Amino acid sequence: MSVAGRRWRFLLFRWVLILLLLAMAGGLGYALLSLPDQAIGLSEQVGTNMETSGVQNPVTAVLLNFRGYDTLLEMAVLLVALLGVWSLGAAEVHRKVDPEPVLSLLVGGLAPVMILMAGYLLWVGANAPGGAFQAGSVLAAAGILLLLSSKRYPVRLMGWPLRVVLLLGLGAFTVVGMILLFVSGGFLQYPSGLAGALILFIEAAATLSIGVTLAALFLGGRPQSGPYR
Amino acid sequence: MSTVLLYALTGTGLFTLGLYALIVHAHLLRKILAINVMGSGVFLVLVALGGRTSGAVPDPVPHAMVITGIVVAVSATALALALLLRVQAATGRAELTEESRE
Repeated sequence: MSVAGRRWRFLLFRWVLILLLLAMAGGLGYALLSLPDQAIGLSEQVGTNMETSGVQNPVTAVLLNFRGYDTLLEMAVLLVALLGVWSLGAAEVHRKVDPEPVLSLLVGGLAPVMILMAGYLLWVGANAPGGAFQAGSVLAAAGILLLLSSKRYPVRLMGWPLRVVLLLGLGAFTVVGMILLFVSGGFLQYPSGLAGALILFIEAAATLSIGVTLAALFLGGRPQSGPYR
Repeated sequence: MSTVLLYALTGTGLFTLGLYALIVHAHLLRKILAINVMGSGVFLVLVALGGRTSGAVPDPVPHAMVITGIVVAVSATALALALLLRVQAATGRAELTEESRE
């Protein structure tokens, strides 16, 4: 095909694509505009059951109590994503570029504050915006900053200590759920008095796991473990 | 126009822009970024539509779904980036060409 013909086909493809996408956007916009102005959704049902949930923040109640099964599976998705990354190859022990001294100095001051922040977000999640996922994300950011500011990752901790922390969230969630299956007759059906404490326990384990999983994903491969080199 | 609709329509706009970039660009990094933009659009629509309650408190169910969704999207992006690096290491290019499909 001639150069001009190819260019013409390219432009035709581009404009047909743009028209199709505009049609799709128009359809989506029309669907949004035709939705009712007021939709209570499930907020009333959440509101009436807040008493039994053990926490005061409706989002945390939905995440860890009413739809705890979803959150359990999402923890599993995180773990499977990490296993996928690990199966693709090993991570380099040493970074190719030296960390900048300014970054190292900054991270030395920031990392403890971020870990404290993660703990605060985890605790405050019971009655205000916050919770395991937010706290885990802050923890992961601290971990990634630490990885960026050091020449190599701590090889000594990459064996079983890393794996224990990775499995902690999903493990605590599943174990609590299974125990409740026998005690109260339903998977993740919290007994009324203990709901708050159990949610905090699961969230604490999940925070650690989410943070470490996300930071481990940043390594881009399976970390090498063994004696410190 | 209400705030809810403004956010929701912005979300569909982001989704459409992301889909356009996903189709047009051959480079895999751009495709991954495009999928992330699409995901952000979906999250924006979900959060916006959760705000259509009469009181000040929005519907917590879509908010809970978006919170977990963001973390899952980040982990899926990390997996996609690791796959991208493997494709580049194996074929020398960060694109899916016609030859590499055979």
